[in-house]
Amino acid sequence: MEPITRIQSRTVVMPSTNIDTDQIMPARFLTTTTRAGIAKHLFADWRYDRDGNPIADFVLNQPEAIGCQVLVAGRNIGCGSSREHAPWGLYDFGFRAVISSEIADIFKNNSLKNGLLPIVVDETTLEWLLANPGALVTIDLERCTLTLPTGAVVQFPIESFARVCLLNGVDETGYLLSQNDAISQFEKHRA
Amino acid sequence: MPSTLFEKIWAAHQVVPETLDTPAVLYVDLHLTHEVTTPQAFTMLRERGLQVRRPDLTFATMDHSTPTDADQLFGRVPIKLVSAAKQIEQFDKNCKEFGIELLDVMHADRGIVHIIGPELGLTQPGKTIVCGDSHTSTHGAFGALAFGIGTTEVGQVLATQCLLQRKAKSLAVNVEGALPAGVAAKDLILAIIRTLGVSGGTGSVIEYRGSTIRALSMDERMTVCNMSIEAGARAGLVAPDETTFAYLKGRAHAPAGAAWDQAIARWRTLVSDPGAVFDREIHIDATQLKPMITYGTHPGMSVAIDEPIPNLLNDPVFQKSIDYMGLTPGQQMLGQKIDVVFVGSCTNARLSDLRAAAQVMQGRHVAPGVTCLIVPGSQAIKREAEREGLDKIFIAAGAEWRESGCSMCLGMNGDLVPRGAYCVSTSNRNFEGRQGIGSRTLLASPALAAASAIAGCVADPRALNA
Ligand code: SF4
Repeated sequence: MEPITRIQSRTVVMPSTNIDTDQIMPARFLTTTTRAGIAKHLFADWRYDRDGNPIADFVLNQPEAIGCQVLVAGRNIGCGSSREHAPWGLYDFGFRAVISSEIADIFKNNSLKNGLLPIVVDETTLEWLLANPGALVTIDLERCTLTLPTGAVVQFPIESFARVCLLNGVDETGYLLSQNDAISQFEKHRA
Repeated sequence: MPSTLFEKIWAAHQVVPETLDTPAVLYVDLHLTHEVTTPQAFTMLRERGLQVRRPDLTFATMDHSTPTDADQLFGRVPIKLVSAAKQIEQFDKNCKEFGIELLDVMHADRGIVHIIGPELGLTQPGKTIVCGDSHTSTHGAFGALAFGIGTTEVGQVLATQCLLQRKAKSLAVNVEGALPAGVAAKDLILAIIRTLGVSGGTGSVIEYRGSTIRALSMDERMTVCNMSIEAGARAGLVAPDETTFAYLKGRAHAPAGAAWDQAIARWRTLVSDPGAVFDREIHIDATQLKPMITYGTHPGMSVAIDEPIPNLLNDPVFQKSIDYMGLTPGQQMLGQKIDVVFVGSCTNARLSDLRAAAQVMQGRHVAPGVTCLIVPGSQAIKREAEREGLDKIFIAAGAEWRESGCSMCLGMNGDLVPRGAYCVSTSNRNFEGRQGIGSRTLLASPALAAASAIAGCVADPRALNA
């Protein structure tokens, strides 16, 4: 994984609340056995019409969305299915952070493991972001801050260990594997 | 200090305790796997040259993308969906290569992962249970700490039998009083989700408590715990009791002989101590509940069967949802015309669910123009239902009787609701497109679904059963 310290990007805004992972990555695309090329299915049913043509007024089809790394979504994004294909798709599309006032647990976990920052902000900040699509924001993972173009600086919480992994570009699996002795001890003790 | 059931299970599985800087290393007693959320995890094992640490604690089944059509399932004709066929084949290969016991398409014990765990006695009180599937919360009905994980975590559990976890908050859902006649466990959990909201349980483990919960059968407790995730909760659990023990006794993987007595003694300690403090509590009066049905595009958007759907037209999200559903604010759901009925899924495809549907359908016929699909949760349930003659009731009523699997719950295997069609479904998610592009899902109990199949429109099962 690439280390992440700072993200500066314009935002893409999807104001819907409760955007579930079935919308982010519909089930029919889960028969894949790899992660390759998954971005083309991202939000497929909102993005394409029944003939497979892009729906012009869907936000990800607009030219301004190209190159944006920050997705701002209404409250409770990522609810529903545990499919990691959802953060894979967002990452593959180019997103590096998702901002909302609430982010569902499993989606948040999955995002942290794939270099996609789940950033939970207060309702007022979210309202501002939703009202100002395309705002240029800066995310500083070292300081855990989100800076708005107004100059406002918002602190965000993030799980401390995942943060260190993301800052250093290392994954958690290595750490778990290094706990082998403790795990063996635990198994022996319980047997 | 008095502790909650969740805290007891948590404490017993911490390999390395949580600190400010690092999450706990939590040991997993049972890892259930299926074909959809594992391929990339096995790839990770191969890339890193890792083995499965505890194949003996890992079980595999095929359910999500498997056909429910017998000819395709048993290989008499090729599986229509090529990508699904490939995924099934890949899973078979992965399980063989890594030494994991797989209930493959031909296996007599195969079924939906959250149905076969309990059925085989793998699911037991006090265990930590994970699966790459959000409805793993189902197993909490046995007083296990059971939750869904992502594919990266599936890989981590395969390699280390452990997960990195922060301790969740605790939420007590207290339900008191007898459920009125004709009100099912599904109605109860839909009412709970409506009260909590679809993110009300975020960051929490729910413990369902109170006289109503104690009076539920295991099948019903599973229905309730199954949908914990629909309130955003990490997991949902019920303290084990005599009902739990009676269900487990004699099951294939349940302890036997002296081990059974020891297990029971241990399991009896798995209750929240008097005075244990929950981070939050809510109270529900079961005596006021009615059959429920959803009208919107998330499981919190539900009404009692005789209640009009709300009118929140200044809320753009509500408006979008209602437009998608093609419904009118203020209308009654009762009498709404429907096209498809699906009785199935890990929420409501156990034997008691099929019996409830059969009781309504016996001697009646599915309304013209309605397709009714009955999909048992496992091959064992299918055999048992056939032994009782339930299949004959369904077939005589004009319903389709299928092999087990997830089927129309998520439409990965080609069992789909057509665009724009209304489907009364006993599954757990009414998200846009969940049952097929443009599908409109109305979640309800098996009895309500069956009554609607007969009537051709949303119907109150209490009227038909009377
Ligand atoms: S039945 Fe539906 S909810 Fe249950 S495991 Fe299968 S797809 Fe998931």
